Amino acid sequence: MTLTSIIFAGILTYLTRMTMIALISRDMLGDNIKAVLEYVPSAVFPAIIFPGIFINDFGTFIDINDPKIYGAIVAIIVGYFSKNIIATILAGLISYWFLIFIVFS
Amino acid sequence: MLSKKQLLTRGMFDISPHMLSVIPFGIICGAIGVELGFNPYLVYAMSFIIFGGASQIVFLQLLSGGASSLVAVASVGIINSRHLLYGAVLSEYLEKLSFIKKLLISYIVVDQGFAESNKFFKENRNEEYLHYHLIGSGCTLWVCWQIATLSGIILGSFVPEELGLKFAIPLTFIAIVVQDLKKLDHVIVMITCGFSSLLFFDAPFKSYIIISPIVALFVAALLMRLK
Repeated sequence: MTLTSIIFAGILTYLTRMTMIALISRDMLGDNIKAVLEYVPSAVFPAIIFPGIFINDFGTFIDINDPKIYGAIVAIIVGYFSKNIIATILAGLISYWFLIFIVFS
Repeated sequence: MLSKKQLLTRGMFDISPHMLSVIPFGIICGAIGVELGFNPYLVYAMSFIIFGGASQIVFLQLLSGGASSLVAVASVGIINSRHLLYGAVLSEYLEKLSFIKKLLISYIVVDQGFAESNKFFKENRNEEYLHYHLIGSGCTLWVCWQIATLSGIILGSFVPEELGLKFAIPLTFIAIVVQDLKKLDHVIVMITCGFSSLLFFDAPFKSYIIISPIVALFVAALLMRLK
């Protein structure tokens, strides 16, 4: 790893952040595109959530009864009703720990 | 009308719960870099220059696995290309800013900050200094990320690996989208994205992270036709 490669990666990353904000004016996007952009959070974040749950550190699928699946289900239920971010994360983590340290150990 | 200071603090407040996942992830990220045998200064330089959690880990792992720097740099670019979508959404609210301010604020656009500030923007369209919310959320994330990766680099992985704290990352994003499960069209879009991400997971350069949102947005466009 060299500083040069980090700088190139940094420039590329910065360009991904800056292009649409600074170089494209909103009028260049049509009404249909603007309407579809409403879905961006729902269309992007599951690509972080699903692999984070269903794929392990070695890049393979987890078992059907992996504790992460139950942790995620608990987090979804708690998050849905509590509308609280901290409660959602803690509920998921604690139920996951309960399963790996107490039930499956 | 809220003052700049009120908006700034509101942004900091709205993003703070996510630190529960960002800080452990930052520590892990810093520790991995040192464990893989890279120069600690360069590992830290990534947090400052790239400033993108998952892409930093991929960069380190690819290089330590013997990939060429070209492949590693390209992967970082592709993983982070999702920011183009965030920028397209945010541009509506940041339109009035000067070019220089747009260039500066772009540096602090990250997933969680985008998500929380976008939620706030949608509900408070008429505020004059809206962008201060994004500055508040973005800068809080930036400071915490720097401190967290630095502590991981200096102290090593003092967070026990058995805790599986990487799992906090999907949880933090579940917390972001969970309220949209009330809307059927959003549920369909989320499931499409989620399944495509698993389907395309082995695609080169980690491109599943941009392929699946594109597939999901196409589905969203189709759903809008049907409505």
